[in-house]
Amino acid sequence: MALLEIRNLHASIEGTEILKGINLVVNPGEVHSIMGPNGSGKSTLARVLAGEECYDVTEGEILFKGKDLLEFEPDERACMGLFMAFQYPVEVPGVSTKYFLKAAVNAKRKYHGQEELDAVEFLKLVKEKLELVHMDQSLLNRAVNEGFSGGEKKRAEIFQMAMLEPVLSVLDETDSGLDIDALKIVSEGVNKLRNEERGFVVITHYQRLLNYIVPDFVHVLMDGRIVKSGNKELAIELEANGYSLLNGTAKAPITV
Amino acid sequence: MTTQALVESTSLLDAFDTLDAASPIHTLRAQAFETFQANGFPTLRDEQWRYTNVKPIAKGRFSLANPDAGQVDAERLREHLLHETPCHQLVFINGKFDESSSDLGELNSGVRLETLASVIANDFASIIEILDSTTDIHREAFTALNSSFMADGVFLHVPRGVELDKPVHVVFITVPGGEPIMTHPRVLVVAEESSKATIVETYATVGEGVYFTNTVTEIIAANNATIDHYKIERESDEAFHISSLNVTQGRDTNVTSHNFTLGGKLVRNHLNCFLKDEGCNSTFNGLVMAHDKQHVDNYLRIDHLMPNCNSWEYYKTILDDHAKSIFTGRIYVAQDAQKTDAKQTSANLLLSDTAHVTTKPQLEIFADDVKCTHGATIGQLEEEQMFYLQARGIDAASARSLLIYAFANETISEVKVKEIRDTLEAVLLDRLPQGHQLQGGL
Ligand SMILES: Nc1ncnc2c1ncn2[C@@H]1O[C@H](COP(=O)(O)OP(=O)(O)O)[C@@H](O)[C@H]1O
Ligand SMILES: [Mg+2]
Repeated sequence: MALLEIRNLHASIEGTEILKGINLVVNPGEVHSIMGPNGSGKSTLARVLAGEECYDVTEGEILFKGKDLLEFEPDERACMGLFMAFQYPVEVPGVSTKYFLKAAVNAKRKYHGQEELDAVEFLKLVKEKLELVHMDQSLLNRAVNEGFSGGEKKRAEIFQMAMLEPVLSVLDETDSGLDIDALKIVSEGVNKLRNEERGFVVITHYQRLLNYIVPDFVHVLMDGRIVKSGNKELAIELEANGYSLLNGTAKAPITV
Repeated sequence: MTTQALVESTSLLDAFDTLDAASPIHTLRAQAFETFQANGFPTLRDEQWRYTNVKPIAKGRFSLANPDAGQVDAERLREHLLHETPCHQLVFINGKFDESSSDLGELNSGVRLETLASVIANDFASIIEILDSTTDIHREAFTALNSSFMADGVFLHVPRGVELDKPVHVVFITVPGGEPIMTHPRVLVVAEESSKATIVETYATVGEGVYFTNTVTEIIAANNATIDHYKIERESDEAFHISSLNVTQGRDTNVTSHNFTLGGKLVRNHLNCFLKDEGCNSTFNGLVMAHDKQHVDNYLRIDHLMPNCNSWEYYKTILDDHAKSIFTGRIYVAQDAQKTDAKQTSANLLLSDTAHVTTKPQLEIFADDVKCTHGATIGQLEEEQMFYLQARGIDAASARSLLIYAFANETISEVKVKEIRDTLEAVLLDRLPQGHQLQGGL
């Protein structure tokens, strides 16, 4: 069974249609990259998947592990194994990263009928996952994302992903604003989680990231539609020629 | 005196007649009552009372609480006392000192910590000057009313250079009966030069019924003194609570006061702070948590009279249901008060569409080289924060509680007495859905 199956997805916000018929299938073990110019609807797609309620899905459907994803609340989706790394991770003053993560991890465990982690088990897991993103344990006592640098926020998202071990991860421009070292750390974090059960949708603006997280498929999103799909060569081609060549030419998705 | 005020105060006249006219304080009480009667209760026409109608108090026909409250529910009383924190604890029930539940403990040399009743009876001369120095404040109706019925409370005197070893916890418990009752507690704190003290005031009830607490606290900080003050108000939803806190600061003093308003049907907290010399620091923070039809009015006035003083005010409000909150921050900067730094913030979280906030800075600045800032926010929970928490698996109700808790905890976490902090946290969590899950801090 496909991990994620998006069929003819249309979504709008305040009456403006942003997604205009998206089709995408992600199978276990696959890494899909979605590229596209600013404003093409990449974040909208990610946020609709995560369950942001201000979008109206007007047509189409989303199946996650065969279930109708749109039936579920954002927290249920997370517990079912969906993770979205935010393009702009949100600061939550007054809530420590430790408390936040504990609540998140235990919510998921509870959902699956498992015992909550005790303090020792939790800390052990934290240490293991922090290493993955080269972050210090002092992170735990800081308020969620508050005062984090851009790079820290993005690494913290990957750390959260590692803690929650999702089956499907949607990374929304996690590479933006990262220097090359941070980019390597983030990519390494993702690559360590790759296996034949997990799927990834890596949204990016730049081909650069795909040198480190090598995708199985690349899709180009423009004006709310996937206008071209291919393998990793497509990303290199885009980098060389830009999106302009695709403008107006591709009406229907082209599969290479 | 207007006829209305006269009619409304007949029950007060009756109450006044029951006082012991032979008491050394009675002359002062009579003067204060005269002042009160001359002016009556404030009305909505009074600039300072524009948003709070005290008619329900004026018409309340309160009689003086019976100090022999009979059997007090020990379990419920316990809830309001400190148990683990070494402290000097004074408990008052229906306005009268309750020796059996109090523990004055050992005092540092020279420190006076006594009930006002005993000072009035044995050594009235030692406080007459302090009470006189606040006569100006008698013009404020509720302070005059408090002085009219002043009988018991606390007198704390910390001599020069002494640092009080333990916090003082003063607990005022009302045990209402069938008829509406009132208490008028008074707390006097005199901190001499370079002394230091922590004072916590708790107001609460044990039992059911209508009552009125009208309390006045004076803090006089001499040069270089440091005072850390907390007021925890946990009255019942049938209670009227009016409080005045008068702070006078000398040179290089540090005064911090945290005000927690958690209960009461109609609450008014009035703060007057006089920065009388250079180099003062004043911090006045507050947290209001109101629901149902609670009405809470915080009126703060800070007078910057001399140069180089800082004042910070940070008041937070969380309102649900039909609750109403008013914050007025009046800052007066005299012509001489150059290099004043006054910062005022009012942050309000509305949890329902029917809750209401009024927040009003009032700056009167007569000096030209000053920094005065004020900011107010009124809003609901941040949707993006809610979405972020939910996207990590935390259900909507828990996410909401978590964000409310985080908002309030910023003020609660500043309380330096751990047991008080824990109590406040518990009260807060108790009101939040899934709140118990948040126990243990964020
Ligand atoms: N809250 C909103 N209200 C109205 N339009 C929005 C809102 N959020 C995004 N949009 C519009 O939707 C389009 C797609 O935005 P987005 O999904 O963020 O694009 P991308 O992530 O590809 O840059 C843009 O034209 C943007 O202006
Ligand atoms: Mg985007």
